[in-house]
Amino acid sequence: MNSESPIKKTFTQESLKKQFRLSEFLAEKFISMIAFLSIAIIFLIFIFVFKESLPLFSFGSDAKAKTEAQATSANKPESYGTEPEGDLKPESYGTENAEDLKPESYGTETTKDLKPETYGSEPADDLKPEVYGDAPKEDLSVPAEDESVGAVSENQEGSDKTWNTFFTSEWVPVSENPRFGLLGLLIGTLKVTIIAMLIAGPLAVLAALFTSCFASKRVKEIIKPIIEMLAAFPSVVIGFFALMVLASFFQDVFGYDSRLNAFVGGVAMALAAIPIIYTISEDALAAVPKTYTEASLALGASKWQTAFFVVLPAATPGIFAALLLGVGRVFGETMIALMATGNAALVSANPFESVRTFAATIGAEMSETVFGDTHYSVLFFIGSLLFIFSFALNAVAEFYVKGKLLKKFQGK
Amino acid sequence: MKDIKIKVNDLSLYYGDKKALNEITMDIPANKVTALIGPSGCGKSTFLRCINRMNDLIPSVSITGKMLVEGVDIYDKNVDVVNIRKKIGMVFQKSNPFPKSIYENIAYGPRINGMKDKTELDEIVETSLRQAAIWDELKDRLDDSALGLSGGQQQRLCIARTLAVSPDIILMDEPASALDPISTSKIEELVHQLKEQYTIIIVTHNMQQAARTSDHTAFFYMGNLIEMGKTNSIFTKPVQKQTEDYITGRFG
Repeated sequence: MNSESPIKKTFTQESLKKQFRLSEFLAEKFISMIAFLSIAIIFLIFIFVFKESLPLFSFGSDAKAKTEAQATSANKPESYGTEPEGDLKPESYGTENAEDLKPESYGTETTKDLKPETYGSEPADDLKPEVYGDAPKEDLSVPAEDESVGAVSENQEGSDKTWNTFFTSEWVPVSENPRFGLLGLLIGTLKVTIIAMLIAGPLAVLAALFTSCFASKRVKEIIKPIIEMLAAFPSVVIGFFALMVLASFFQDVFGYDSRLNAFVGGVAMALAAIPIIYTISEDALAAVPKTYTEASLALGASKWQTAFFVVLPAATPGIFAALLLGVGRVFGETMIALMATGNAALVSANPFESVRTFAATIGAEMSETVFGDTHYSVLFFIGSLLFIFSFALNAVAEFYVKGKLLKKFQGK
Repeated sequence: MKDIKIKVNDLSLYYGDKKALNEITMDIPANKVTALIGPSGCGKSTFLRCINRMNDLIPSVSITGKMLVEGVDIYDKNVDVVNIRKKIGMVFQKSNPFPKSIYENIAYGPRINGMKDKTELDEIVETSLRQAAIWDELKDRLDDSALGLSGGQQQRLCIARTLAVSPDIILMDEPASALDPISTSKIEELVHQLKEQYTIIIVTHNMQQAARTSDHTAFFYMGNLIEMGKTNSIFTKPVQKQTEDYITGRFG
């Protein structure tokens, strides 16, 4: 027994003992930490953006007070320094803070001088009354003539009022009675997105189909990098191109009145979305197993039939994801929208009218708004909307792709 | 050999500069099973893919010589490769059903040929599946995805799919190499039945399979056709030393 055992000793409890590999363990933890970090960052961004829009959600008189307070302090942000409370937490527009701040600011002459639009003060009675109440709904499409309508003098301001204006079409954030009608912005954003996707979607997907199914290897090697290079274009360059070249060109072709409009913006954003959609669709198409192609060709299908009836359907989940990413890009695109869409919040179905998108609104107004103002909060609220939208879009895509398309195409 | 279906004349194939097939000349009889055997990399699959011009898909391939199917050179400039493949079907080594339903898999071929009539399609699907001896297993689940089938069923589905376009010649590239013995025997049985109507050329690594299923056998080695003859005589008294060595398992 003893003489045999040394030979058999290859497997002993000792040699097979579980080893603790510290470096691997640490590396693994580190990698997983980084993976979760991105989730955490997304989460934090949302929290922050949403937090800034929170004042909109505090209804009632407290909110009103706060709004005023913010409005006052807003015009002179430096004034925080004088108020100890403001100094301590300038970003918290909590109700207590607001009450603290309010007494000093409103009712005083300076306030009236600086910003006659502060509601709650005397001038507000003359100017503001038409904002809340039924009046705005009547003149949805006429953003300019709001001042004249004056009807209900309602001193119940704050978020209630702001919320009521959300569902109107007037975007007049800086005025004696600001109106934050998101309808015009929403329609503008959707219009541009739809136009851009109608152009970019087919173009990019068909280009991807061409490169993966029809083009020779050499042609593919040329086309792919060039289209992908378009993704590296700063959107401000594309916006500039749209502003200077596309707008004039399309005006000559279509003869519309407003030179910068949803169509021009949509075309420019399509330029930004094409490389994204193209790249991902191309990857999806290239990932379709060659055996499908071979099987189809061996059945006597032409290249064209194979591409459209076998390869394209098999890549549908990937292409769908690509399109959604494209939508996300267009929806959140700021610079191009700012430069090429005309930035007028109109409610109209005409693609040749100027529009103002959510993202462009934030981009254009964030630097001019006052910290803690209702306007400021509304802009962050729009930011939250954008975030929620793209989140929902991705969630829907995920579930749809997993649940339906994959089932259909892979029989899982 | 009467009724010669395919006449191959001095067919050479190059991958770039590398010669993969060296002046193959052979006759393939109609309505028989011809087995191509040989060690891996000997060119038998390459040769098989020449018959329906699947090698066209590889850009670096160039081919010289003639491949006459019923007297027509399929490598002629005026021949449309799509029409060739409609008449020369192929079953691949790895079963490759489309990621569609069973019904759609079979109906795909007739559909791309312009058939729209639902009842006619139903009929084709049923006959093809019956011919492939898989109808009884699948008739209740035609709308299920083909990818949910077992490997053997998938391969027979692929055969049924090939039959659905009513080809003349069926090429099989090691159709049973990835299957268990039961599925393999089903496929072999199927090959046996199908040769009544079709000319079948089958590539196989399995000597017994070649012996069992084929009427004629061609032995390839290093891109050359070493020997071709009736399966019986090849396996019992091969003329070439190399053939004998391979068949008896001394190399390869």
